[in-house]
Amino acid sequence: MSTESSEKTATTIESRFGVDDRQLERTLESALARKSDFADLYFELRESTHVGLEEGLVKRANVSISQGVGVRVLVDEKTGYAYSDEITPDALELAATSARTIADGSASDRSVAVRPGIATPDHNLYPVDAKGVSRPLPDRIHLLQEIDKEARKFDSRICNVMANLAIEEKQILVANSEGTHIADNQPLVRVNVSCVAEANGKRETGNAGAGGRFSIGFYLDEPEEAFRLAREAARQAIVNLEAEEAPAGEMKVVLGPGWPGVLLHEAVGHGLEGDFNRKKTSAFADRIGDKVASELCTVVDDGAMERRRGSLNIDDEGTPTGRTTLIEKGRLRGYLQDRLNARLMGVAPTGNGRRESFMHAPLPRMTNTFMLAGEDDPEEILRSVDSGIYAVSFGGGQVDITNGKFVFSAREAYRIEGGKVGAPLKGVTLIGNGPDALTRISRVGGDLALDEGIGVCGKDGQSVPVGVGLPTVRLDGMTVGGTRT
Amino acid sequence: MSGSKAALDTACAALDAARSAGATSADAIVVSQEAHAASVRLGEVESVELSRQKRLGLRCFHGQASAIASTADFSAEGLEAFVRETAAMARVLPEDPDAGLPDPALLEKAAPDLGLSDPEGFHIDGDRAIAIARDCEQAALGVDPRLRNSEGATCSASANTIAYASTGGFQGTYQTTNHSLSVSPIAEEDGSMQGDYWWDSVRIRRNLGDPETIGRIAAARTLRRLGARKLATTRAPVIFEAPVAGSLLGHLAGAICGGSLYRKLSFLQEKLGEVIASPLVQIEDDGRLPGGAASRPFDAEGLPTRSTTIIRDGRLESFLLDTYSGRKLDRPSTGSASRSIGDAPGASPTNFHLANGTTPAADLISGIPRGLLVTSLSGMGVNTITGDYSRGASGLWIEGGEIAYAVEEITIAGNLLDMFQSIDALGDDLRPRSGIAAPSLRISEMTIAGS
Repeated sequence: MSTESSEKTATTIESRFGVDDRQLERTLESALARKSDFADLYFELRESTHVGLEEGLVKRANVSISQGVGVRVLVDEKTGYAYSDEITPDALELAATSARTIADGSASDRSVAVRPGIATPDHNLYPVDAKGVSRPLPDRIHLLQEIDKEARKFDSRICNVMANLAIEEKQILVANSEGTHIADNQPLVRVNVSCVAEANGKRETGNAGAGGRFSIGFYLDEPEEAFRLAREAARQAIVNLEAEEAPAGEMKVVLGPGWPGVLLHEAVGHGLEGDFNRKKTSAFADRIGDKVASELCTVVDDGAMERRRGSLNIDDEGTPTGRTTLIEKGRLRGYLQDRLNARLMGVAPTGNGRRESFMHAPLPRMTNTFMLAGEDDPEEILRSVDSGIYAVSFGGGQVDITNGKFVFSAREAYRIEGGKVGAPLKGVTLIGNGPDALTRISRVGGDLALDEGIGVCGKDGQSVPVGVGLPTVRLDGMTVGGTRT
Repeated sequence: MSGSKAALDTACAALDAARSAGATSADAIVVSQEAHAASVRLGEVESVELSRQKRLGLRCFHGQASAIASTADFSAEGLEAFVRETAAMARVLPEDPDAGLPDPALLEKAAPDLGLSDPEGFHIDGDRAIAIARDCEQAALGVDPRLRNSEGATCSASANTIAYASTGGFQGTYQTTNHSLSVSPIAEEDGSMQGDYWWDSVRIRRNLGDPETIGRIAAARTLRRLGARKLATTRAPVIFEAPVAGSLLGHLAGAICGGSLYRKLSFLQEKLGEVIASPLVQIEDDGRLPGGAASRPFDAEGLPTRSTTIIRDGRLESFLLDTYSGRKLDRPSTGSASRSIGDAPGASPTNFHLANGTTPAADLISGIPRGLLVTSLSGMGVNTITGDYSRGASGLWIEGGEIAYAVEEITIAGNLLDMFQSIDALGDDLRPRSGIAAPSLRISEMTIAGS
């Protein structure tokens, strides 16, 4: 399967742009014409389609086709980068010439030999059958209409439903001055449902979504998977209609399993990316071996999980992905690395060199970041809290990696009183300090879940798909940003 | 200018092909961009980036059904297939009774020159760009020995050509340039670090702030964060410094745009004509501000841009609409359509500025027994359908009308409608460098959550 798919990639990129092995070598040789350490080429072909329904009508049907090449030259800590959406011998030469302006002098030997023929990634985490990633437009519209019905059927207070199907088919090819010559096909699909509920002059929204690296056919063949999301979005909108003012101040917080793993992404994930630690601009710099979480916490980043949104067969520098232990039983164990930062820090790349597209140089980025399951019963964790909040669904978060302060915003949360889950609370921001927040984790449930596959992570203006995961955890003290004092 | 003609020719050729492929009407947008950026960190060059790209966005109608596609493949066969498939897609889509191009009588006839382009300034020598970034970072790090590290300084520029044509009879092009400089120093004291930044961004290079001044402002913003403490949970007056006041205005701008109104996603849904803010508040959306960051001579449907009064003396006077949301709400477009290449037009703000007040910005803290000056906000805790607001904050604590110490790891919370209504003083420090901008402002009371 994986062999077939990469042969298809090779054929597509070669036939479309006339880029053969010798052309790759010539471009890399040109990029290395001055004294430099490394050069690579990243080719990308991407077709994205969206269909969106709202008010029961198709409001959005788009196709976007993008293609291009990025040429990178590395010298010590310097990066020269140039890209073009034209892929011709002249454009490649111009990009190589531009990227090498970062370097000085002239190189003595700059001959490059790429691996003859395109390599196949060792694992294929996202095989797609002969029917392909997409399905006919009328079938996709029909599914959206059914989702709309399902959400409205849930409760008569649902007054609008917005449902979207997104499909991306991306083919990448990486060639570098060390001979790497590898390609990958990366499917990515997503279903999003958003509902508006209205009652007694109040309006609220609820959201649900899911997806991953597989065919959109999954949802067409198993529509119940999509209907579940429709009901979930409707249920959340209805719950939020009843939400009360949230409390303000430091209190015990129980996070539910799955998407609340965004806690890890913000509290520790970004701060453990190699670039910030090489430059010592992260609150976690030089802290390998230190205690940064309670002993109950083991946190990993794993880019090699089947079908996951955050997964990749190879990263955007051609390095195979894998599992990196970031925190083991509370102690800081490792950082996430791309090639540049791994080389400068004298460690191995971890398969975390990612980029939004050919328009960007790669950076160390997360893939699927989660905490391993503990031994506590989730119900018992809730019962153990006298007074606090229970947050089960979140919007986005943000972190200042330098001072370590991070936030993440709950979209569905409840009061806990006397060990019981009580009234729903209005959306609320939680704030904490990365190197300290996980030390306050006193209970870890056995119910590890990953999110459903809709995460997007932004860094330096680049967005990439990611996953997060968490078992139910109890945090003994976190600032909750409500209005009620 | 030849770039403009080529871009317009590409757009017109796509429209001709679309008609041949059976589209009943269509519009096309072509954007080409060249850009360069040089970054310096701790005095050394860290990266140099150069790019060029060109994209075509095509919207084909079949009656009142529309499909949109975008591509960067300009080969003859690639383009032919692209147009054919887009027109074919429109044919299989259901109709939307409100979809369609604007009334041709309303199209812009003579687009003005708004001073948005400085092509000579764009072609700055690479070494010169590096020197500017280096001077800026050096000026920042030279201010105080506690400034020991840096995320670097970046000097960048882009030059864009935008062409838009529609089968309704519109053809127009314009060019823009952007010149930017930013720096992010890091200060360290007693084992803890704080970072902050400052920047400038202009259309015409000679208007760019001088690197030393930008560096010194960034240094001062960074140093004042040192020694930050957490606060006890309380209620107090909150002053938003101009750069973060702009974000408040952004939430309001989103809530008065057609897309969130017809979807019933706005906390200002039924508020047109009502007093929604303090009488101090005057907001104008000016699409034709000379040299403005968000100025454009015509909108993304070919309608003339203009200046629209949004709020006068606290009263909401107008929404911002494109043709589609206007039809949904039974109102005319305000010439506010914008679009990304691969998406349908939608209403968005242009130069959306809250006018200066009369209080000198530095005096906003005077006379406050205890309060918070917010200098930075984080997170996405804003619910635009209810106006509920809860965000992470850091800044300076005020006691007896003076700055007492830095604070962090706190949140501020309230409701946007209450917040706009309880603005009790407006500063005089509007910096109209961004599309959405406001002077510093004071809100009489909010909840501050801490320890």
